[in-house]
Amino acid sequence: MRWLAVWRRNMLVWRKLMAAAMLSNLADPLIMLFGLGYGLGALLPSVEGMSYIAFFAAGQLCTATMFTASFESMFSGFARMHGQKTWDAILYAPLTIDDIVAGEIVWAASKAWLTGSTILGVAVVFGLARSAWVLLAIPAAFFVGLAFAAVGLIMCVLARGWDFFSYYMTLVMTPMMMISGVFFPADQLPAPLLAVAKALPLYHGVQIVRPLVAGGPPPDLAMHMTVLVAYAVAGYAVAIFFARRRFAS
Amino acid sequence: MRKSYGALEVVSGVDLSVAPGECFGLLGPNGAGKTTTLKLCLGLIEPDAGEIKLLGEPVPRRAREARKQVGVVPQFDNLDPDFTVEENLVVYGRYFGIREPQIRQRIAALLEFAGLAGRGDSKIMTLSGGMKRRLTLARALVNDPQVVFMDEPTTGLDPQARHLIWERLRRLTQEGKTLVLTTHFMEEAERLCHRLAIMDKGRIIAEGSPRALIAEHIEPQVLEVHGLGHEQWMEKAKALAPRVERVGDTVYCYGEEVEPLLRTLSGELSYLHRPASLEDVFLKLTGRDLRD
Repeated sequence: MRWLAVWRRNMLVWRKLMAAAMLSNLADPLIMLFGLGYGLGALLPSVEGMSYIAFFAAGQLCTATMFTASFESMFSGFARMHGQKTWDAILYAPLTIDDIVAGEIVWAASKAWLTGSTILGVAVVFGLARSAWVLLAIPAAFFVGLAFAAVGLIMCVLARGWDFFSYYMTLVMTPMMMISGVFFPADQLPAPLLAVAKALPLYHGVQIVRPLVAGGPPPDLAMHMTVLVAYAVAGYAVAIFFARRRFAS
Repeated sequence: MRKSYGALEVVSGVDLSVAPGECFGLLGPNGAGKTTTLKLCLGLIEPDAGEIKLLGEPVPRRAREARKQVGVVPQFDNLDPDFTVEENLVVYGRYFGIREPQIRQRIAALLEFAGLAGRGDSKIMTLSGGMKRRLTLARALVNDPQVVFMDEPTTGLDPQARHLIWERLRRLTQEGKTLVLTTHFMEEAERLCHRLAIMDKGRIIAEGSPRALIAEHIEPQVLEVHGLGHEQWMEKAKALAPRVERVGDTVYCYGEEVEPLLRTLSGELSYLHRPASLEDVFLKLTGRDLRD
């Protein structure tokens, strides 16, 4: 539990800058949710038996969680590691790079979880999800956050400069968002694209959260959870490998 | 110990020990391997060869245990810019597993030591360079360590700030703490260190107390001469002093006594007559070439 000191450090910074952090993590996804949800939704009768805005809310919850986790572990993580040399300072104490990587990943996942949970709260308040099943989307959001935090931290410890993150965001995150069933059902994609989506974590997050918003148990829950956990565990291991290498030289 | 980065051997067989309560200085030009040596001692990097013990613990294998009793002042300040002075100390203490009430009890004393009493709520941005350095020193003491490692603790500070740091470091030595510092300020090494080692190109080339090093390696008197006609004068000087060298437009004469030389100086030449210092030893041993 030594990583907890790293988590608490980031938490204390977040508490001091809470208003700005909340605004940037929540305003964008909520504006999009209501803009697209009601605007585009008015043109569509229903999607998979849900109103379009409820359908989109499940996707947007996962997307916003993905973005918060990724931004925190990439940009904020890089600022701490590279710009402020906070990691160096922590390493003089009886902590290792493994503790820091763990603390950073769990922290980014926690922050992402808060984004996901808040969007869920908004969806409930607006009557987009009515059944108690939706409460299970709260832990689900944490696992979505964990998967993307771990992958984001790999990018962080590999980065030589800020530009590096543009590649991941433009070449991975944006296309992933389009094919993972966030805006429209992924089933209507050509088979090869659907196969790519199924190999990535966002699709599985959406597949868990959407049935919960609709008010029932998600089919194939164990399989979807396994993919998210696998990304988190593998991402953690790979991030540690590259972090050790970076700090050994 | 030995350590290479790629084809470059940065530390090439350094062997040293520091006794408890000692203030030990590691001197060397830029790129001599001082910082790498410190990092090896702290267990932050693995040696390619050699054995390292820190407070009795084998390093890097048990570096984590050893570092519980160690404080570090890095070459470049890495205080947390989002926190106040006090928060920096509290958060840092947590990394050592110290409970918050316990840290809070120590904060007043730490701030007093750092000359930052009453500045607990200040933002890091508002501190001067000297204040940041002192806070970094206070942060290194948050776990009440037995040993404090310092990488160039006064680089970039003005004389006032530097003297205050020196006074605090002497206080730490009086309290019985062991200090290991790197520096390229000879004055700092001469004033603070009981014992020091001069490093160059990854090796220790001399070791001893500042006085012993001066006595062993250099003549006690120095005469520096410059001005019009110094080249002709140098020819005369060579007969009168055991060691004469020219750097740019200055002639350096080293000897047991330089009075005979003083009598040969004519009007156009300016001179400085002074006792030999550690800097003379350092330049003699490491050469006068620039190290970038």
